[in-house]
Amino acid sequence: MTPSNVQTANYLIPEEMKETIMQETIQFKLNGKPTKLAVDSDRMLLWVLRTDLGLTGTKYGCGENLCGACTVLLNNEAVRSCQTAVKEVQGKEVVTIEGLAKNDTLHPLQKAFMEHDALQCGYCTPGMIMNAYAFLQKNPRPSSSDIIQGMEDNLCRCGAHSRIVQAIQAAATDMRGGF
Amino acid sequence: MKEDRYLELDFTDRTSGFEMNRREFIKLTGGGIYILFTIGDSLDFLQERQGRRFQPNLPTDFNAFLKIGEDGRVSCYTGKVEMGQGVVTSLAQMLADELDVPLDSVDMVMGDTDLCPWDMGTFGSMSTRFFGPPLRAAGAEGRRVLLELASEHLKTPVANLVTEDGVVFDKTNKESRVSYAELAKGKKIERHLKEPVTVKKLSEFKIMSKPVTRRDARDKVTGKAKYAGDIHLPGMLYAKILRPPAHGAKLIDVDLSEAKKVEDVQIVREGDFVAVLHKYPDVAELALSKIKARFDKPVSDIDDKTIFDHLLKVAPEGKVVAKDGDLQKGKNEATAMFDETYFDGYKAHAPIEPHTAVASIQGGKATVWASSQTPFSVKEEVAKELGFPPEKVRVIPPFVGGGFGGKTRNLQAVEAARLAKLSGKPVQVAWSRKEEFFYDSFRPAAVVKIKSGITDKGGISFWDYHVYFAGERGSQQFYNIPNQSTIAHGAGWQGTPGPHPFATGPWRAPGNNTNTFARESQIDIMAARAGVDPLEFRMQNLTDKKIQRVLKTAAEKFGWTSAKAPSGRGYGIACGTDAGTYVATVAEVEVDKATGNVKVKRVVCAQDMGLAINPEGAAIQVEGCITMGLGYALKEDIHFKSGEILDLNFDTYEIPRFSWLPKIETIIIDNKESDPQGGGEPAIITMGAVVANAIYDAIGVRLFQIPMAPERIKEAMKGG
Repeated sequence: MTPSNVQTANYLIPEEMKETIMQETIQFKLNGKPTKLAVDSDRMLLWVLRTDLGLTGTKYGCGENLCGACTVLLNNEAVRSCQTAVKEVQGKEVVTIEGLAKNDTLHPLQKAFMEHDALQCGYCTPGMIMNAYAFLQKNPRPSSSDIIQGMEDNLCRCGAHSRIVQAIQAAATDMRGGF
Repeated sequence: MKEDRYLELDFTDRTSGFEMNRREFIKLTGGGIYILFTIGDSLDFLQERQGRRFQPNLPTDFNAFLKIGEDGRVSCYTGKVEMGQGVVTSLAQMLADELDVPLDSVDMVMGDTDLCPWDMGTFGSMSTRFFGPPLRAAGAEGRRVLLELASEHLKTPVANLVTEDGVVFDKTNKESRVSYAELAKGKKIERHLKEPVTVKKLSEFKIMSKPVTRRDARDKVTGKAKYAGDIHLPGMLYAKILRPPAHGAKLIDVDLSEAKKVEDVQIVREGDFVAVLHKYPDVAELALSKIKARFDKPVSDIDDKTIFDHLLKVAPEGKVVAKDGDLQKGKNEATAMFDETYFDGYKAHAPIEPHTAVASIQGGKATVWASSQTPFSVKEEVAKELGFPPEKVRVIPPFVGGGFGGKTRNLQAVEAARLAKLSGKPVQVAWSRKEEFFYDSFRPAAVVKIKSGITDKGGISFWDYHVYFAGERGSQQFYNIPNQSTIAHGAGWQGTPGPHPFATGPWRAPGNNTNTFARESQIDIMAARAGVDPLEFRMQNLTDKKIQRVLKTAAEKFGWTSAKAPSGRGYGIACGTDAGTYVATVAEVEVDKATGNVKVKRVVCAQDMGLAINPEGAAIQVEGCITMGLGYALKEDIHFKSGEILDLNFDTYEIPRFSWLPKIETIIIDNKESDPQGGGEPAIITMGAVVANAIYDAIGVRLFQIPMAPERIKEAMKGG
């Protein structure tokens, strides 16, 4: 039963007056799996991941490309999914925090974040890890100041910064095979 | 030295609390051995409030319990929540150690209002301080019960039995053994912790006082950890609510016609409360943007510049916090007198997770998942909103993505419940960043006026301290001053606006950041006039051993050498106490005179927090305090005009970034024989003063207002 003070807009509007949303079929690789989705392709990847696809590890923090909580990989580049329309991922490869561990084996970055206590509330953590992943692809042997520069636009309010830098440094070493 | 008062949390119209009686309660959770106990903070809180604003019908006999289950697992049920501060780890450590079980076999069941007894909430650095001792005692009591049962089972006197890793055995015959699981099987034992129980001595600790990595880390690095916004229920709709452009604005009219055209959108309206609901949050947001609404905005000349005059104008008569000697006598003895005023603007909590809640109403019962530091308040507020009896509301707090005091206010949960009722569907309300800034209960703007004097012997002859709207916490000075008066005008954060243009709330170490900034700046000003090194000046005016020790420790680690300020080195020092903990911080800064930009290069912090249950966790909290504290010291300030909040995202409201990071060194003083004190807040209180003092040391310019943003520094340089 619909309570009387609720206006359910949809059935009150004649069909021809409704704003029609173009549904498009978008195909891309998501965490290694081919994915096909009928979706309004102007919608932002963040919300499609979190709702349509049920991958909630990618977080909303600011909605304006200012905090990095929504960072995912698009063809191995870190992108802000709150500012990336789904149509931009057509035919490409998206990796989210859920796709980083292989089976039950954590990625060296995930292990390093755990070992260095590089998180507190954990809300910015997926974005931090994904950004660090893309950063290390480009710079596998970074100095501390390289890391600081590379992570500058990812925000953390708990103040885990120094441990995040240490964790990324340790993961980089691990990923190079200890050298 | 007296301990600070921190129990300032006050809720309006609290009506009832934990109604379920103990029998029902235990029926719910099955067989095993139960130890019921009380957490001191909640009881103190109740006593504080008795006869005041609410008379809750709350249990005074227990408000937490532990269960040794038939499977041998140990569960601790508590209304506290984990929001990044690490109690899910430190509390489990205490329990595992007292019970002699592996840490892995302890489950913390936290904050679920149907499973856990009433608790006032998680704030004030109190979880370890006040929860720790009774939790350990309950663990010890549990172990005693297990030993008694084992004695019967093994037909061996208790004196001959030892416990290890969840097993009791005869120390003379290790083959004679029985596990906790076997002992708990088929039992229903309920013990109430009343008598003082002997807990383990320091030398007996196996798990406590040892560094342990976070227990929730794996879920947080894999994206599995669920926050309120990650809860998705079948048929759930995401809601976006029409908001006024300014605090105090009234809706004149609203045109929903364009919003209605968005496919599958549902619009809910109840008076001025208008919301759009959709199965996708971004589509709801799109529909919201199509609503045309006109508001009547209030006109006021109060903004972030005029606020201080306004506050001083409306300030009530003060309350005496401390008084000693005769101020006039002190003035007569003074060879130099100082009269300074300090200002602190509004600060946002700005957790990276905005306020979020999901509400579902089924069969006359509401279930709410909320990012909240106070789930039992959510329960009450939701019950009131829905007109439900409180037992018909269950609140489940998932992981909380940062709180810092801001999530003691739960408007979003009430909104979700209201919309679930109005729409007949489960509803998620997730505030946007803009809403988070607009509805945040800011750390209050405040003013501190200090008159003081020194003698030619380097002593402080009087101290006349007035704090306006920061509150008492941290206002009491601890130097040896024979003639002194501390007066607090108006409470600190107030919830509802009161003298402020919008809501104010508790912000990590409420009040103490402002008070410590003012006090420790004034001390430095006096030291400079006396021509004495600021560390030496403090040491010679202190007798409190604990504060002296943290000062000395931090200074030694830093490599402090005596010099009169301004020395040009950019060194600053400040100390204070909060939540029972003593803290001293030394910092080195570099000031770019051309831009006014301050780079904090190095921070050394020594903290005496009694026994640190998880030293690694404690160090992390100190690092977090230092980093977060740089924000309010250097940049954070809410700009507003006529009730309109001008900073609505991280572009203009700048919080600390990686590049701000100084070299941080923390020292947790080895004081294991003392009871554990607060750890989540204390180290943040010194950050304003330590930076102000270091800036003065660098360039000889004194800043009287935080944040010490570049434009303020340039302004002060002109004036100086």
